[in-house]
Amino acid sequence: MTNQNKTIWQKWKAWVNGEEALLHPDAYIAKRAERKKRSKKKTFNMRRMKENPQVYHFLCVSVCAAFIGILLAVVAELPSFGAAENPTNNEVMERYLEKGMEETGAINFVTGMILDYRAFDTFGEANVLFLAVIGVWMLLQRDRKNFSAEQERECEEDAAIETAESKTILQIGAKYLTPMILLYGVYVICNGHLSPGGGFSGGAIIGGGLILYAAAYGQEKVGAFLTKRRFLTMIAGSLLTYFACKSYSFFTGANHVGYAIPKGTPGEILSAGWILPLNICVGLVVACTMYGFYALFTKGEL
Amino acid sequence: MSLDIATVIQGLLVLFLIVSAIAVSVVRNLFLAVIIFMGYSSVMAIIWIFLGAPDLAITEAAVGAGISSVLFFLTLKQIHALKGTREG
Repeated sequence: MTNQNKTIWQKWKAWVNGEEALLHPDAYIAKRAERKKRSKKKTFNMRRMKENPQVYHFLCVSVCAAFIGILLAVVAELPSFGAAENPTNNEVMERYLEKGMEETGAINFVTGMILDYRAFDTFGEANVLFLAVIGVWMLLQRDRKNFSAEQERECEEDAAIETAESKTILQIGAKYLTPMILLYGVYVICNGHLSPGGGFSGGAIIGGGLILYAAAYGQEKVGAFLTKRRFLTMIAGSLLTYFACKSYSFFTGANHVGYAIPKGTPGEILSAGWILPLNICVGLVVACTMYGFYALFTKGEL
Repeated sequence: MSLDIATVIQGLLVLFLIVSAIAVSVVRNLFLAVIIFMGYSSVMAIIWIFLGAPDLAITEAAVGAGISSVLFFLTLKQIHALKGTREG
């Protein structure tokens, strides 16, 4: 079959499958080389742009003006402030306010909302944090791929300077503050369904406490109990637990409002169905992510 | 028209927010910019409490004033943009 009597669809399929290169290797290579040469000639050169200030300024201003115009047009289309038929004044809000405590068992509506009615969104958010920390790990990990010998030497010098420094105020402050910060973080997580707070804020507080301790006493002290293996087990285990707890309601008819987990008495610590375990899972993920960012940004290892 | 003390305080806090938001974009020193950003986040946390959103206030204080400033400082240190550190 020659190239001429193929239909566009067949050509496209061949291109996707890479058959073009297999059937006519010489023609393919020649075509590629030609295209490369052409593209080199036409590359958009920023420096040449800037040598011509009038065109450059004109383009800058016109791009800015276009964006401002688009944004203003969008704002003009928004519903007017305080109008009665706005999307915020629909029946969903009334339903949440009237039946929220009865249906979720949580006194704190915000937690009842994000971990019961909209728990699936929160699962996605926790996954975003996980992906972020894995991405940072991949980019900043200290190994032969990411670090040259020169950078390795610099890092070691930095570490030597850091250990030689005396950080008395920081160390004594951290010694007394860290346990209280961690305790407060645990309190905020475990009382997420009773008082303001929850997994995200409590996890951030715990992460901040770990960062303070690591800054005062060195990362090795934190690394002694938060090893790479435990770090990954904790994040992945929390996400899987979250998934197992919450997917239950999807397997049983996707109507998770009336499912059969005992709600308990609103106001007690062991109440509100799955909200407490889900809060703990989210808190662990957030704490690990925050400390992971710090550790990977400073030293490139956990 | 009587002025409530809470209204006056809120007005001052909002004024601080506007001033620091402008200052962050004007100031040339990156270290100072991060410090102003921290102040902005702390004041924003207080305003969230005035607006009746304590959940947001806790998160703003922990993430905005705490963790993200630490990450900003670390990034500035990594790209050698902090004065006072080595080759800064």
